[in-house]
Amino acid sequence: MGALVLAAGDVFTPPTAEAFNLPPIFGWVTKPMLLIVLSVVIILAFFLLASRKLSVVPGKRQFLVESAYDFGRNNIAREQIGAADFMRFVPLILALFSFVLVNNLFGIVPILQFPTMSHIGFPLALSVLVVYPVYHYAGIRKHGLGKYLKNQLVPPGAPKLVYLLLTPIEFFTKFVMNPITLAIRVFAAMFAGHLLIMLFGISAEYLLLHGDGVIKVVSAFSFAGALAMTFIEALIMCIQAFIFALLSANYIGAALAEDH
Amino acid sequence: MILAAEEYNPVLPHVAEIIIGLIAFLLLFWVLRKFVVPRFEKLYEERAAKIEGGIEKAEKAQAEAEQALEQYKAQLAEARTEAAKIRDDARLEAEQIKEELRVEAQEEARRIVTQGEAQLQAQRSQIVAELRAELGRNSIELASRIVGEALEDEARRRGTVDRFLAELDASGNGAAGARN
Repeated sequence: MGALVLAAGDVFTPPTAEAFNLPPIFGWVTKPMLLIVLSVVIILAFFLLASRKLSVVPGKRQFLVESAYDFGRNNIAREQIGAADFMRFVPLILALFSFVLVNNLFGIVPILQFPTMSHIGFPLALSVLVVYPVYHYAGIRKHGLGKYLKNQLVPPGAPKLVYLLLTPIEFFTKFVMNPITLAIRVFAAMFAGHLLIMLFGISAEYLLLHGDGVIKVVSAFSFAGALAMTFIEALIMCIQAFIFALLSANYIGAALAEDH
Repeated sequence: MILAAEEYNPVLPHVAEIIIGLIAFLLLFWVLRKFVVPRFEKLYEERAAKIEGGIEKAEKAQAEAEQALEQYKAQLAEARTEAAKIRDDARLEAEQIKEELRVEAQEEARRIVTQGEAQLQAQRSQIVAELRAELGRNSIELASRIVGEALEDEARRRGTVDRFLAELDASGNGAAGARN
C-alpha cells in the first residue's frame, strides 16, 4: 500500500483517501469484499468448532469460548435489553460484535492489513439495513405502532411547550441519526486509524530511502510511531466493535422499554 | 464501478459493498442463531439443571438421614423401656420364686421334723417293749438264781412278775414325765 502511494518518486506524497480506493483483485471483487467473506469464515469456524463438544464442566479452551459468548450475551445484550427480552437478540448482538471486531482487527493483521469497516458501505449495511429495522420492528411488535411512537417521541415528564421542540429532536435522533451515527462512528475510527498508520509507515520509508545523512535516523521515530499507532489501533478496534454492539443493543432496549 | 469514479470519496458507500456486507452478515447471523447459540444455551440449561439437581439431591439425602436418625432414636428408646420392663418382670418373678421355694422348704422341714419325731416315738416304744420283756426274763432268772428255787407255780410267778413290771412302769413313766 505504501508503495502504491509512493509511486510519485522523490517528492513525499502523504497518503490520502485515495489509498482506500482499492482496485478490484479480479472481476469486480475487491479486497474488502474478500475480507468480509474471510471474517465470516473465521468467526463461524471459531464458534462452530468450539461449540461442537461442550461439556458442563468447561476445560481451558471451552472457558475461553464461553467467555467470548458470555461477553456478547451477558455484558452487552442482557445489560442493555433487560433480562426479560434479551434472549431473542443474543444471536444478533453476538453476530454484530464478532463481525465488526474481526473486520476491524484485519487492519493490523499482516498481509490483510485493511480494516474492512473503513469502507462505509459495510457499517452502513449493518446499521441501516439490520439494526435500524430490528429495533423499530421489535418496538412496534411489542407496543403497537401508536404506543411505540408515543413512547419514543413523547417522553413523559416534560412541560407541554417543550414537546414542540423535544418531539422533532427525538424523531430526528431515533429515526434519522441513530443508524447513520452508528455506522459513521466505526467507519471514521477505522478510516482515521488506518490513515495514521499509513502516514507513519510511509513517512518512515520515505525518510529512510530519500533522507540525507542524519535525517535517515529520524525515520526510526516514524517507525516507532507506526508501531505505537498499531497498538492504539488494536485497542480502538476492540472498543469500536464493543460500542457498535452495545449501542445496537441499547437501541433495541430503548425501543422495548415501557417508557423512555 | 469503482474505477468509474473520477475521485474517490470515502463517505459515499458502494452499493456492491452494502449488498455483500449485508449478505455476509446475514449468513453469519443465521448460522450463529441456528447452531451456535442453541448449543451454548443448551449447555447453560444443563449446567443450571445439574447444579439445582445436586442441591435438591443433597437436601433429600439430608432429610432422609434425619428421618433415619429419628427412627433409630425412637427404636432405641423403645428398646430401653422394653429392657427395663423385662428386668422388672424378672425381678418380680425371682422374688416370687424365692418366696415359693422358701414356703416349700419350710413345709418340707416341718414334714421331716414331724416324721422324725414319729419315727423316734415308734422306736422308743419298741425299745421300751423289748426292754420290758428282756428285763422280765432277766429279773426272773436273776431272782431264781438268787432265791435258788424255781417258781413252779405259774400263777404265782405271773402275779409276781406283773406286779414288778407295773411298779417298773409307774416309776419309768414318772421319770419320763419328769424329763418332759
